[in-house]
Order: sequence, then structure tokens, then C-alpha cells
Amino acid sequence: MSSVAKKDRAFEIFAATPARILVALIIPTITFFVLLWSFNFMRDSRAPRIMVAIVALIVGVGGVWALYLALNHLVTQMPMRIRDSLLPYVFVGPALAVLTAYIVLPSLRTVTLSLMNRAGTEFVGLDNYIFAFTDPSMLITLRNTFLWLIIVPAFTVSLGLLIAVLVDRMSETGEKVAKTFIFLPLAISFVGASVIWRFIYFYQPPGMAQPGLLNAIVVALGGSPQGWLTIRPWNNFFLIAIMIWLQTGFAMVILSAAVKGVPGDLLDAARIDGAGEIRVFFNVIIPYVSGTILTVTTTILILVLKIFDVVFVMTSGQFQTGVVAFRMYQEAFIFRHFGRGAALATLLFIGVLPIMIRNMKSMKERR
Amino acid sequence: MSTSVSNTAAAPLTMQQKRIRAILAGIPVRLTVLILVVIWTVPTLGLLVSSFRPAAAIRNTGWWTALFAPFTADWTLANYIQVIGADRMGLAFSNSLLITIPATVIPITIAAFAAFALAWMEFPGRKFAFVIVVGLMVVPLQMSLIPVLRVYTDLRLNGTYLGMWLAHTGFGLPLATYLLYGYISSIPKEILESAHADGASPMLTFTRLIMPLSVPAVASFAIFQFLWVWNDLLVALVFLGTRSANVIVTTRLAELVGSRGQDWHVLTAGAFLTIIVPLIVFLSLQRFFVRGMMAGSVKG
Repeated sequence: MSSVAKKDRAFEIFAATPARILVALIIPTITFFVLLWSFNFMRDSRAPRIMVAIVALIVGVGGVWALYLALNHLVTQMPMRIRDSLLPYVFVGPALAVLTAYIVLPSLRTVTLSLMNRAGTEFVGLDNYIFAFTDPSMLITLRNTFLWLIIVPAFTVSLGLLIAVLVDRMSETGEKVAKTFIFLPLAISFVGASVIWRFIYFYQPPGMAQPGLLNAIVVALGGSPQGWLTIRPWNNFFLIAIMIWLQTGFAMVILSAAVKGVPGDLLDAARIDGAGEIRVFFNVIIPYVSGTILTVTTTILILVLKIFDVVFVMTSGQFQTGVVAFRMYQEAFIFRHFGRGAALATLLFIGVLPIMIRNMKSMKERR
Repeated sequence: MSTSVSNTAAAPLTMQQKRIRAILAGIPVRLTVLILVVIWTVPTLGLLVSSFRPAAAIRNTGWWTALFAPFTADWTLANYIQVIGADRMGLAFSNSLLITIPATVIPITIAAFAAFALAWMEFPGRKFAFVIVVGLMVVPLQMSLIPVLRVYTDLRLNGTYLGMWLAHTGFGLPLATYLLYGYISSIPKEILESAHADGASPMLTFTRLIMPLSVPAVASFAIFQFLWVWNDLLVALVFLGTRSANVIVTTRLAELVGSRGQDWHVLTAGAFLTIIVPLIVFLSLQRFFVRGMMAGSVKG
């Protein structure tokens, strides 16, 4: 019985397949053209903005799902063996395509552009990198980036750890409230934070009212008001303070989880041995959470390496406050020197390369 | 409960002494934390208070004077009316929403499909694809800006919503895939096997089983990506530009700083409008927010 039935079924599939595949092909094609039409509509339309917006939302949110369902439909109409080998690519293919188009290929292109001239038309060897490491203004930019990379992680991690340990000794409510306030700035954009701090650093000539908090304090203490953002090189520290304010909450939350993981027995044993709280902190807690400290430091390092918005809003890189990621934007999109912009981007990439390799290795080993 | 009662009964004096000592010992801790909390809060408070004060008052007196005498100080909504209308922050706000929502939903969708395949389907190159995703997570997005801008210029995608969605999708995708993979791969094998035994196709398994089960992971990433896109300045400056119809809250605020850097009544109200959405998201969804921030901290 089974062999006849099998033959029948095989025949059925064979006969039905061409028609089904035809239908199956039509559906993704229609989907594709609808998406293409709406794409052009959104790009070129002079229709009322609200119309464009509605189409945009529907297509943006629904279109992607439609595309997957249509592709899935196409593949499931195919003979079993083809279907099983194709189906995973229906699921994973679009993601790989987007990653290739937006990260892999552009990155390779950026590396080659970094070896070319301003417009990307002529090979110039390492000229752009020589510029990056010898130009006087670039040297200041590199110095500033270095300052950021050292100060921000050092302060955020130690402040975050200090707060994590302190709030751990408070009541549950007290801890929750305190953490919320310290963490809150993390929700604020760099641009918003920059406006907040520009107001704090606001300067009016002596004799005038000082609505800026920092100058108001200085004047109240008998000093004379300062233009904080123009005093080099100290202005860099005033920008760095913004980042510390923003990121301490992040370090605190993650370190707090780690601090709570320190076994109570360990702490009690140290205290019974006569260790004071400060020694407990340095000799028990810090060694225990050192792995987490490393993770947080790495994360903040990556973030600081790419800091752009704060410099853009606070000083536009004037008064010797530029950093590499800001200069990258400036060279590429203001001065239109794509070669230099690409070289600076590549420097940022080289900065994260060790972390990238380490992450990939650990993934490979884990699986 | 009962043990604490019996303890108190046995040695009431020492318990009390202990408690007093504990409270005294707690004072330096509380004081330090209080000072830090005040330092961390005052900047935002100054912005909020100032945004409700008349322009002249902001210029001539510190915001704290109004805070200490709230009933005699002048308060106004004029700053918000001006910044929403004449300074186009209202338009920027709607643009920000229109860019941020799809730029959150699209990468989640694409990443969830990919994560499902990477976790539960057999195909050649699976492991390699996953390692690549992990590697791409930390690539600085500066590496993509120049080449993508050139392609966008050719395709006339500059200054469009679509261009922004796709760009944010590309930059958010590695992290989204990685996070959802971590979650989806930890779903018990038996659940998937029983779905398979019941004859559910992979697509049906994905839409009916995997997606509903992944809600917590999706929520965490959604919040992270929403805030990331809402707060982004760089991608918007490069691909959207600052032409008047295209402004979003961050580019508009940065522009206001450039053109009206001393008009604090405009800047404070504008800044508060840009940060209000993230603050609401943060305060209402704090748990997911923290999880998302922790998970998303590795983004490139």
C-alpha cells in the first residue's frame, strides 16, 4: 500500500508544483511592488505630510512582516527538499542583507576611502593617517580623546561603585529612590544634557547677574565669574563632567547587582577578623566584583571613544575641545574631506578592534 | 516575626542600643548619598524650573530664587508656546515619533526572524553568521556614515523617513539579534518539538509560539532602541539634515543652541520637550529600561 500511495503523492506534488510556484511567485512580487511604490511615494510625494506619515507608518511596520510572510509562502510551495534547505535563509537572509549593506560593505569602503584623497578619487597612501598623527590641531584632538578615555571611566566606575556600596546599606525604599535619581540622567539625550550643562556653565561679565549656577556659586564665594567653556585646557574637564554625570548611573546599576552578589559570609568573616569597613571595601568587595568592573569599564570606554554630541553642542570643537569622533564628523561632513573623515573613523574602529576580537573568540568557544 | 519578638523580650536594652548605634552609623552613609543625589538632580531641576519662567526673569535672577519663593515668582507657559510653535519644536516632536517608532519595530522584526533561525534551524554557515553578528555589535557607526551617505545621495534617500528607518535598523540590528538570540535559544527544546509534532510550520511556530514567549526580551530591546533613536543626533545630522521640514527634536535643539545660544527661555523649554519622552519611558518602565540599558550597553 505504501509504495502506491507514495507514488500518488509524489505525482500530486509534481503536478501541483508549477501552478503553486507561479502563485507563490506572484505574491512576493506584488508585495515587493507595493513596497516599492510606497517607497517612492514617501520619497517624492507632495501629498500632505500627515498622509505621507500614515503611509510611512503602515508600510514601515506592516511592510516588513508582509515581506517575510510572502517569502515564506513562496518557499513553502516548493518541493520538500528545496523548501527545507531554503527556509532558514528566508528567516536569516534579510538580517544578513541589512548587516552587509549597512555595516560590512560600508566599513570596507571606509577603510579604502581612508587611503584616498579628499573626494575619494586618488590613492594617497597613508597621508590621511599622517595628518591624523602630526597636524597640530589633531594632536590636541588626540590629547583630549585620551583625557576623556581616562577620566570618564575612572570617575564613573569609582563613583558608581561607591554609590552601589553605600545604598546597599540603606533601607529598601531609600536605596530605590537614591538609585532612581542617580540613574535618571541616563535617559536624557547628550544634546539635552549639553543644554542643561551649558546653562550651569553660563557666563555673564562681572557685575551682571549670574543665572548660571557655577558662576553664581563662584561669585557668592567672593570670586569673579569665569567663561568655563573657553579656558583651555580646563574646558575639556567641564565637558567630561557632563559625561560623568550621565554615565555614573549606568556603572552604579550594574555594579550594584554585583555588590549584592558578594556572599554575606565573606563579609562577616572579614569583619570578625577585625577588618574595618574601608578594608572590607578594598580587600573583599572590590576583588569580588573585579570582573564586573572590567566589563563596565570596557563598555564605557567604547562609549567615550565615540563621544560626539556633547562636543558638538557645547563648543563645536572650538577652544581646543575637539575629540576624534567629533573631528570625524567635522572633516567628513563639514569640510567634505572624505579621506580624512574615513581615516578618523578607521582609527575609532582600530580602537574597538581588540574588544571585537575578544568577543568573537569567546562566542566561538562557547558554542 | 516570632523570633524577633522573643529576641526583643530576652534582651530589650541591647536591641535598642544596637538599633540606635545602627542609626547613628547610618548617618554618614545617608548624608553622602543625599549629597550625591542632590548634585545629580540639581542640573535637571534648574532646567525644569527655568523653562516656566519669563525670559527676563531667567536672565536677571538665578532659577533657585524662584524655587525658594515659588508664590511670589512669575511663572509662565509662554516659553513652551513659543518653542512648540514659532521655533518648530512641535513639528520636530512629531517627526521624532514618526522616525523612532518604525526604527524600533523594523529591527526587532528582522532580528527576531534571524534569531529564531540562528537558534533553532540547521543550515550551513549558521555558527559563522552568529559570530559575525557578535563582532558587528561594537563596530562604530562612524565606519558606515560616509559610504552610506554616498549611496543615499544616489538613491535620493537623504532627508527621508525611510532612509532613517533603514539606517537605524542597520545600526541596531546586531545588538537586537544578539539579545533576542540569547532569549530565544533558551526556550526549552520540548516546547518546539511538541509544536513540530503537532505539524506547525516554522513560520507558525515563530509567530504563535516564539514571538509571544519573547515579549520580555523584545520589550527590553524596544525600550533601548526607542531611546537610542529618539536621543540620536549624529545619524540624523548626516542622513536627515537640518532642512526645516525634516528636523527632529535633537537636531532642532542643537540648531537652537547654535542660533539662539543665549535665549535660555527657548533653550530650557526646548530641552525639556526633548527629554520628556525618555523620562516618561524611564519612570513608567524602569524595570525593562534598566534591563535594556544593561543589555544594550555594548552597542557600537
